[in-house]
Amino acid sequence: MTKKKFRIFRFDPNKDKEPYFKEYEVDVKEGMVVLDAVIYISQMIDTTLAVRWNCKAARCGSCSAEINGKPRLMCKTRVSDLGDTITIEPMKAFKIVKDLVTDVSINFEYAKKIPKFNPKPGLPQIWQMQQISVERAQEFKRCIECFLCQDSCHVFRNHKDNYYIGPRNVIKTAIYDFHPLDSEDRTEFLDRSGLNFCNVTKCCQEVCPEHIRITDNAIIPEKERLLNRKDPLYKLVSKLKGRDR
Amino acid sequence: MNPEIKKIDTDVLIIGAGGAGLRAALEISQANLSCLILTKSVLGKAHTVMAEGGIAASLGDVDPQDNWTVHFADTIVEGVYIGNYRMAELLAKEAPERVYELERYGALFDRTPEGKIMQRAFGAHTYRRLCHIGDKTGLEIIRVLEDQILYRDNVKILDETVVTKLFAKNNRAIGAVAWSLREGIFYAISAKAIIVATGGLGRIYKVTSNSHESTGDGISLAFQIGARLRDMEMVQFHPTGMVWPEGVRGLLVTEGVRGEGGILLNKNGERFMLRYSPEKKELDARDVVARAIYREIIEGRGTEHGGVYLDITHKGAAFIKKKLPAMYEQFKEFAGVDITKEKMEVAPTVHYFMGGIYVDPETTATTVDGLFSAGEAASGLHGANRLGGNSLADILVFGRRAGIYAALYAKDHDLIKLDDSEVEQEVKRVLDYIDDKATEDQDPYIIIEDLRQTMSDKVGILRDPNDLEYALNKIYSLKEKAKNVRARGSLTFNQGLLGCLELNHMLLLAELIVRAAIERKESRGAHFRKDYPKKDRSYLKNIVFDYNDNNIKMSYIPVPEIPDDLKKYVKEEVYD
Repeated sequence: MTKKKFRIFRFDPNKDKEPYFKEYEVDVKEGMVVLDAVIYISQMIDTTLAVRWNCKAARCGSCSAEINGKPRLMCKTRVSDLGDTITIEPMKAFKIVKDLVTDVSINFEYAKKIPKFNPKPGLPQIWQMQQISVERAQEFKRCIECFLCQDSCHVFRNHKDNYYIGPRNVIKTAIYDFHPLDSEDRTEFLDRSGLNFCNVTKCCQEVCPEHIRITDNAIIPEKERLLNRKDPLYKLVSKLKGRDR
Repeated sequence: MNPEIKKIDTDVLIIGAGGAGLRAALEISQANLSCLILTKSVLGKAHTVMAEGGIAASLGDVDPQDNWTVHFADTIVEGVYIGNYRMAELLAKEAPERVYELERYGALFDRTPEGKIMQRAFGAHTYRRLCHIGDKTGLEIIRVLEDQILYRDNVKILDETVVTKLFAKNNRAIGAVAWSLREGIFYAISAKAIIVATGGLGRIYKVTSNSHESTGDGISLAFQIGARLRDMEMVQFHPTGMVWPEGVRGLLVTEGVRGEGGILLNKNGERFMLRYSPEKKELDARDVVARAIYREIIEGRGTEHGGVYLDITHKGAAFIKKKLPAMYEQFKEFAGVDITKEKMEVAPTVHYFMGGIYVDPETTATTVDGLFSAGEAASGLHGANRLGGNSLADILVFGRRAGIYAALYAKDHDLIKLDDSEVEQEVKRVLDYIDDKATEDQDPYIIIEDLRQTMSDKVGILRDPNDLEYALNKIYSLKEKAKNVRARGSLTFNQGLLGCLELNHMLLLAELIVRAAIERKESRGAHFRKDYPKKDRSYLKNIVFDYNDNNIKMSYIPVPEIPDDLKKYVKEEVYD
């Protein structure tokens, strides 16, 4: 059995002045993921290590971290794909609660501001929709709220003075916008939510563990919608065609 | 250590933010009452998100012959006649409306070519009945309920907050003390009514599909203030969990794989379900398929990693990626197996707890006034075996009912404030677990792992009386050891402390599971005794536990008889 070193970020705001790294050595078994090692450390070596996890199956999006500098789910990162020393840090876009645990509640604060799903008036009691018309939104609905996209987004992470709700919340907005029976106009909301700051570097799309094409399928279409909305000619044509949406 | 204790008064306190808790909160908010939700994980991470296959509701969108009477009968028959008929009736009647309601909240189910809701086949459902969103139905339910809750001012959510104790006065639930992991402080909550929606206890077992947080806390907390528990011996093994790599052993492989046409093979390539269940084959009830797989493995026809094969390759890559995207991803990422080309290796895994808190079928009221319970924490609906898809229906139908009746109770009753000295005493009890001088052998997880291994080894699919006795004695000795567990460090996100608190719940519930399993000397549904392999008419009853003055009392209650107007839908129970 081989051993690997896990260099883990430690910081307890209650007692530590500065963050530091602590090294643990763990026996590596076949098929092991980073979370296996971190759980082992937190339960069998050092119970003071704080780590957030729940499903251990890439379904709940709890165990987000930066592994060797890359935003990833610990439960979905194979130890065998990494070197002999593995560095694990918390997501840097959020405030640290303790060690690897960050406070992600800001995402919900932003989510609350999205104009909610608003079904078209006069729909029958039981709705009919075609599979093809629900598929785009279904892609976005795969989101497990791991917030790695938020972590990877340089606007969200580094430019806090530029208010931007982040890729996750653009996805959430797009879920409603692409719902075939929705009637709400969210362009004005997106306009004041910092969507314009996104310069389409696709970092969010790259880190998404659900492989949602965040930039291609949600951000770019929403940006286009925003631009069209501001275009006087488009406005006029839409109005004439009765397609004011 | 002198931590802050924040006081909160609320009309209704909900413990748990899975489907049942969130659905209940909606009713309370709509009744214009204040509602506080406590959850051990972050909002939106509850175990409900793991539910894959779908929600059972007799819409008849795919099989028009389906209706509530068939769903009702399926539920009673597969619960092997010890389920509560009224709960099954309510579930079958109300599930369709709960599904349509989800759609109005914004849920996007897979569609039929006519644009109706697509329904898939599932084990022991007479018709194709499971409405689904690929294999991520639970996630969708949580998200749309979350969307409903987020916008409401009268619902407050404290996530990553663990209830350490419930309080009752003269058999009425009055409040709780909770510890916030994230804030490192305590809350003293006084409430007019309380709903326990904390889910199941699969984590008591080593091999389980359940999330980290499913340690049965709510069931244990309710029991300790006098709530009756029922059917504790009824632990469901899902037939198909992953077996390899070790880190994901037990992780669920959805029944949807079999529902969409997957077949089970032993190492000789034999489709063995033809031997065990020639008619229903892979889609027989979960207990039947789980025992068949288990037998194949222990009789030497298992695979390299101790499982059997599950094969869906014949359906083609496009179909598999569309209908089972999460399974495709799961095997690719964790096992390096491409399920469109290769067989999966699977074995039974602890999946669901049919037992739990005894509730009134209409109102979800427990035996403690002002205390309600819904979802996996409650019992009665599923009897000795749960049908796939019935748990998602359960959390919505009975989550809603818990909300309605808790709101009515709260409107009718005054708030009784928690006593300060009792709160301080409880906070002190929790703080006493923290000791920076504690040694490593006082860590709780050593005992937790020992307990989990014991339960998986000795209280499994085929129950041996000697194994059960061994397990019980082991639990008693672990209880002694548990008195010395301690944690180090601060109150903020202290895993060690969380382990200390969870350990006590797990040990108590494990004891009840084993005692009930020893008591039921027959085989029924999920409970299979090697020494009593047949069903016995004299056990057509429910085992219940009550707790008074530190005494655990076990007794029997009769299963309420199905009235004639419902009985006509159900085929009569047969005994050998």
